[in-house]
Amino acid sequence: MAGIGNADVEETLKRIEAHKSVIGTIVVNADGIPIRTTLDNSTAIQYAGLFRQLTVMARSTVRDIDPQNDLLVLRVRSKKHEILVAPENDFLLIVIQNLCE
Amino acid sequence: MPNNVAPTPGRKASVVPKATPPGPKTAKAASKKKDEDEGVDTGDDDCFYGRALARPPEQLELTEAELKEEITRILTANNPHAPQNIVRYSSKERSYTSTGVVDQMAVHLVLEGSLLHQDSDEARRLRAEGDLLKGAAALEPGAELEEGKPQTPATEGGGEVDEEDRPDSVASRADPKEPSVTNQFNFSERASQTLGDALRQRSCQTEPPPRGSFGATANQWEIYDAYVEELHKQERNKEKQKASKKEHEKSKKKTLLLETQFQNDDLTKMGGVAKILERMVTQNMFDGIAKDFKYFEDASDEFRDQKGTLLPLWRFQYDKARGLSVTALCWSQKYPDLFAVGMGSYASGQQGRGLLLFYSLKNSAFPEYIYPTDSGVLCLHIHQQHSYLVAVGFYDGRVAVYNLKAEGLEPAYRSTAKTGKHTDPVWQVSWQNDDMDQNHNFYSVSSDGRVVSWTLVKNELVFTDIITLSLQGGASEGPEAVQPPGVDLSRVSRPQPVGRRLTSTNTWTTSSSLVRRRGRCTSAPRPTPARSWRPTTPTAWRWTPSSGTTSTPRSSSPAARTGP
Repeated sequence: MAGIGNADVEETLKRIEAHKSVIGTIVVNADGIPIRTTLDNSTAIQYAGLFRQLTVMARSTVRDIDPQNDLLVLRVRSKKHEILVAPENDFLLIVIQNLCE
Repeated sequence: MPNNVAPTPGRKASVVPKATPPGPKTAKAASKKKDEDEGVDTGDDDCFYGRALARPPEQLELTEAELKEEITRILTANNPHAPQNIVRYSSKERSYTSTGVVDQMAVHLVLEGSLLHQDSDEARRLRAEGDLLKGAAALEPGAELEEGKPQTPATEGGGEVDEEDRPDSVASRADPKEPSVTNQFNFSERASQTLGDALRQRSCQTEPPPRGSFGATANQWEIYDAYVEELHKQERNKEKQKASKKEHEKSKKKTLLLETQFQNDDLTKMGGVAKILERMVTQNMFDGIAKDFKYFEDASDEFRDQKGTLLPLWRFQYDKARGLSVTALCWSQKYPDLFAVGMGSYASGQQGRGLLLFYSLKNSAFPEYIYPTDSGVLCLHIHQQHSYLVAVGFYDGRVAVYNLKAEGLEPAYRSTAKTGKHTDPVWQVSWQNDDMDQNHNFYSVSSDGRVVSWTLVKNELVFTDIITLSLQGGASEGPEAVQPPGVDLSRVSRPQPVGRRLTSTNTWTTSSSLVRRRGRCTSAPRPTPARSWRPTTPTAWRWTPSSGTTSTPRSSSPAARTGP
C-alpha cells in the first residue's frame, strides 16, 4: 500500500485494538500459537484453537463449492458480541467486538 | 434205574435247533433254550438208547400236557453271532450313536475261483502264451517228424522236453511282446529307505521399511489446487528452459531468501487482512450511518424544489492534519467510495507543509493513503480513466503527479523552477484526454496568469504555456476562465481578469474559514433531486456564506466559486 508502508500493519492492528467497542484481538501463527493478543493467554489459546478448526472447515466449504473462491472473513455473531475471524496464509486474525446496541 | 448220566456240560443254547438224537426229554430241554445242552454229546447217548424215559436228576418235572405241548420254532435268517447293537462314534454328532442296521451275513466258506473273463488282460496273455506253446509244440513235432521220429508221445514228450528247453526262448519271445506281470504268488515287494536329504531352512530378516500413516481428504478444492500447482510447474519448467542455467540458479537463491523471511512470525503478511478487519470493525460501529448512507430518503424532499435536507454522515479526521485546512476534494471515478483530500493553508503567512489524503467510505476512521508534502496542497484532480494518477497543485506554484500504485511517498512527476513551475499558487489542475501521442496531460492555472499544459512524456513533465491572462480591472463577474474538468481550457472565450481571481480568493478565504475551523471536512449528503449519491463530476465542497450552514453542492460546475 503506497503511502502507508509495511510498518503500519502494526498501526492498523493498534487502531483496531483502540476501538472502544473492540474487546480483544488475537493474531495466531501457523502453529496455532497466539503471537499477539490483548486478552489473557489462556483465553487467547482457547480462541485460537477453536477458531482454527472452524476456519478450516469454513474454508473447505467455500472452496468445495467453487474451488476458485476463497474464504475472506468469517463472522460469528452471538448474543453478546461479534467475533470476526480472517485467515491469511496460515495465520489467523481474530477480533472480538462488542455490539453496543 | 441207574442213572449213569454224566452231568452234561453246559453250553450255550443256539437258536438253530440241532438234530438231536431221540430222547424226547433232551429235545424238549433243548427247546426250552436252557444253557444246558447235551444233545451233542455222543458219549452219553449210548446210555439213553438203552432205556426209555431215562431222566437226569436235574431235569424239569413236566406234566403230560406240558410235554405234549407243541411249540413252534421260527427260522429266521438272522446271524446269531452278529451283534445286535453296534455303537459307533460319530464325529459329526460327537457322540456314540448306534448304527441302525447290523450286517447279518455270516460267511462260512470262501473259495477263490480260477475263472478268468475271456476279455481280461490276464486271459489274453495266457491265451497268447498258450498259442505260442502250441505253435512251439506243433513245430517240434514237425521238426521231429522231419528227423524221423514217429513216436507221437515221444515227440510230445520231446516236445515237452523241447518245450522245457525252449521256455527260455518262448519266454524270451514273449517278453518283448508282453510286459512282465508280477507273479501273484511269489511276488514280494522290496523297499529300501535311503537317507533323505537333510532339510535346511534359510531365512533372512531385514529391517522393516519405514512406515508412516497418511491421511487426506479429497475435496473439490484439493483437486483444483493440485491441478493449478501442476500448471504452475509446467510454466516454470518452460521458463527454466528459456532462461540460462546461471540465471536460474540466481533466481532460485533469491526465492529461497524470500521464503526464509516469511517463515518467521511475520506480521507483514497480515496487512491486507488487517485492513479488511479494521473496516469491518468500523462499519460495525457505524452501522446505522452506513445504512443511512445507503437507504436514507427524506419524504419532504419531494415538496421542496431545489432545496433538500442535509444529513451529516461521517466525520473524517487525521491527527497529523491538525492546523491544516481542507483545500481540495475530489472523488475517484473508478472507485466510487474513494475520495481525495488536499490539505494546506490559505493564509499566506502559515505556509509550511501539506498533506494529500485518500479516504474510503468503507473506513471512516483512517485514511487509505497518506502523502505528506512540503508545501500546502491547493488543488487536486484524479484522472478519470487511470485512477491512480493524481495531479496536485501546490501553494508554491509547483505541480506534481502522484502514482498511487507506486511504492513510496514521492510523486512520480514534479515540476521545478526550471521546468516551468508557476510563480504563484496553483489554483486548479485538470486532467485532459490523452493527446495524439497517447500521453497523459493536464492543465494548471495559477495567479501568475499562466495557463499551462503539462504532458507526461516518459519520465518527464513537459510544460507548454497556453494562455497568459493579464490583470484587468472592472470586468463583470461571470464564469471564470477555469472550465470544469474535461473541457479544453484553450476554448475559453472570455478571458477573465486575474484580479477577479484574487477577489474570489478573498471570498474563498472567508468561506474556507468555515471549513478551516477544525481542519476537517464532512462528506456531502444527498442532493435533493438525485436519489443516488454518485457525483458525476468531482466537486469541491463549497460553503456559500450567505445561505448559512446549509447548502446544496453544485454538482454541475465548480466554476461558481463566488457564490451569489
